[in-house]
Amino acid sequence: MTDFGFKLSKSSAIELDKVDTSLYERLCQAEPGARICMNCGSCGATCTAGPYSGMSLRKVILGLQRGQDVRSMLSGCMLCGKCSMVCPRGINTRHLILTLCRIYD
Amino acid sequence: MFLTMKENVVIIGGGIAGMEAARQLLLLGYNPIVVEQKEQLGGHVGKWHRLFPDMSSAQDLVRRMEEDISEANIFLETKVNSINRLREGYQVMLSNGVNIACRAILIASGFKLFDATRKEEYGYGVYDHVITNADLEAWFNGNADPRIPHAPESVGFVHCVGSRDLKAGNSQCSKVCCMTAVKQAIEIKERFPSARVWCFYMDLRLFGKKYEDFYIGAQQDYAVQFVRGRISEVSEALGGQIQVKAEDTLTGKPLRVRLDLLVLMSGMSCNPEMTRLARMARLDIDSDGFLKSLDNIRSINESNRPGIFFAGACTGTKTVPETLAEARAAALDIHRYLQKGL
Amino acid sequence: MIYEGKQKIWKDYQKEIPDDHWYYVRSCIRQNFFPASERKFTDITKDILGKDVYETPYHTTCGGIAYHCDAIPQETAMTIVARQFALMTETGYENYVPSCVTSFGNYIEILETWREFPELEARIREQLWKACRREFNKPKYIAHTSDLIYHWRNVIAEKAAHRLIDKETGEPLRMAEHIGCHYAKMFPSKSIGGAEYPYVLAGMIESWGGQVVDYPERRHCCGYGFRQYHMKANRGYCVSNTHKKFESMEPYGIQAILTNCPGCCYFMDRWQYVIAEQTGKTYGKDGFGIPVFTYEELAGLVLGYDPWDLGLQLHQVAVEPFLDRIGVEYDPKAKYLGLNKEDLLKPELPTNLKCF
Repeated sequence: MTDFGFKLSKSSAIELDKVDTSLYERLCQAEPGARICMNCGSCGATCTAGPYSGMSLRKVILGLQRGQDVRSMLSGCMLCGKCSMVCPRGINTRHLILTLCRIYD
Repeated sequence: MFLTMKENVVIIGGGIAGMEAARQLLLLGYNPIVVEQKEQLGGHVGKWHRLFPDMSSAQDLVRRMEEDISEANIFLETKVNSINRLREGYQVMLSNGVNIACRAILIASGFKLFDATRKEEYGYGVYDHVITNADLEAWFNGNADPRIPHAPESVGFVHCVGSRDLKAGNSQCSKVCCMTAVKQAIEIKERFPSARVWCFYMDLRLFGKKYEDFYIGAQQDYAVQFVRGRISEVSEALGGQIQVKAEDTLTGKPLRVRLDLLVLMSGMSCNPEMTRLARMARLDIDSDGFLKSLDNIRSINESNRPGIFFAGACTGTKTVPETLAEARAAALDIHRYLQKGL
Repeated sequence: MIYEGKQKIWKDYQKEIPDDHWYYVRSCIRQNFFPASERKFTDITKDILGKDVYETPYHTTCGGIAYHCDAIPQETAMTIVARQFALMTETGYENYVPSCVTSFGNYIEILETWREFPELEARIREQLWKACRREFNKPKYIAHTSDLIYHWRNVIAEKAAHRLIDKETGEPLRMAEHIGCHYAKMFPSKSIGGAEYPYVLAGMIESWGGQVVDYPERRHCCGYGFRQYHMKANRGYCVSNTHKKFESMEPYGIQAILTNCPGCCYFMDRWQYVIAEQTGKTYGKDGFGIPVFTYEELAGLVLGYDPWDLGLQLHQVAVEPFLDRIGVEYDPKAKYLGLNKEDLLKPELPTNLKCF
């Protein structure tokens, strides 16, 4: 292959109709609360692990909706339960996280 | 002239604002004269299918309202040709040759649905499967629409089409479109349960009674997904599918999706008829282009001219219940004004 | 696609184009990229259409390329442009036609800026006077050369030796159009057809017998992007955008692309080679690329000029399959003979993109 000194870049665009959201759908079956997140960010703001590990439950749910692998974020969770205290939609965040871990296993 | 001892009140516009005001004025003992340009009463609501938050029938509402004002004088397919100041009150000349002297006029000329062809990037009128919220309601009402596929697998809703859009000359939020999109997304899911439905919004402005409940329901029970990002470009893909581009602002990434149907939430813009009336009756126009109320807090129904009153979307974007409440308030304002004059 | 919907939009984007007496200015780079195109514009307009098209050797760059590369400030570009207008004024012309889309955009942007800020125009007039003792009138009309070919497209069609029709099947050729960003995206109202559904090139294709084919990324930039290309570190973005367009175009069986911008034509042609080298993929039939033409080249082919006189041998993508399809005769042996039969030497052929 000729080296031009530059290459085609991979697009970062999300192809919403093509991404695999089967994990998200499985999660919603077991924990319907995953559907009603409104991306307010309360969970991420209050997350004990967040500032050091990049964990944000909002980003976990959003990532799943966009077909992304969120395992590394999930592993930062310490299950302290702070997010479930602040979630205005009353999502059972603890159950959500544990369910997701089980799905990933 | 009319063989009645009851006092005339001219109502310009036979939408729900004009009809509700007419009903109240009849109850208060006046002779409301409704002047409507179109061939039927009901305005935009008359063409709608179901109304949030109770999913009640818009057609039933209009039918009942029509029955309530059967005693009123109604001129359909009629325009106001001129409004002239008399020593006391006004003389209103109609396009059908009728000439009315009255001491009070109610302007209820409503809004104009934003012409979605003006957002060229959305391809309304160009692409085969792009429709508006109004088109979808017409289809819900049983009108055939070849643009709507028999079994769409993916449907997108674009919020704020022509609203919050300085370039389109509309800085205002149209208030009802967010809720309409949520409602219509649910209705699409009810008809096509396996379809994937996305709403593309900038902000979700769900302020009214039970609106938020609809939002939760759309997410929880219908799996409607909400993407925060305005669609910037629509193209036609192979097979007539619609390809849209937006930024998924919550992940900070560009996003593309192919859809079988795209529904544009056309907003409310100023009715040119309202501008014509304003010129005729020397009414002030507010900085947002709508008719200017004497005061936007306490006297929304009053104009800068004695005896001329407003109701509904001629002064700004309104929901149906807001419009009806305003119409009733305007009727009372007119009553008080006319009593004072006696 | 609802054709009438597009026609409605086209009606909103029309502009007055005087039929004669144009002051013509060339592009900085086109003569290197597509050496015959500008010459053929004057041949077609003067010799075939009998128009008065005047040019002066004193014309220089409009500064647009440097301005868009962030190499000079706009005020410098304005002063350069002021000098071009002075040259036009001295010759007595009032209709100004640049051959470069970025020049066209540069002129329009400057005139619109002066309209908004007359004090800036006054300062530029002063600077021009100080620099070279010249004064200028603003042009009465500015059009891009593609606007003029569009304006005369039906006259050209009447004189056509070839039509954009497949000789074998009788079907119209499937063609994509691509306008330069600076032609309509900055000021859609100054274009033919607007920026969303541009008509300037589509009108030529239709008039000359072809069929315009839309594809989802048709409005996407060709990728050139000035400083994207000129900074080598960013060049990957440049070719990636072109790649995106060709990927989007692929399923539509597009047989040729018509462009009106120097950069677009160049990069959509040349990058097909780079993409083929990097990915092994080609987008035309049988390992060929999709030929990309300037509107002068296409008009020249329609009018029956010899393809090698039109400079088509300098295209990266082989044009021969296209010529065969519409029935243009050519001498394959004469391909690399330049003016006065001078041997241009045959270039090394690429690995993946089929060429002759």
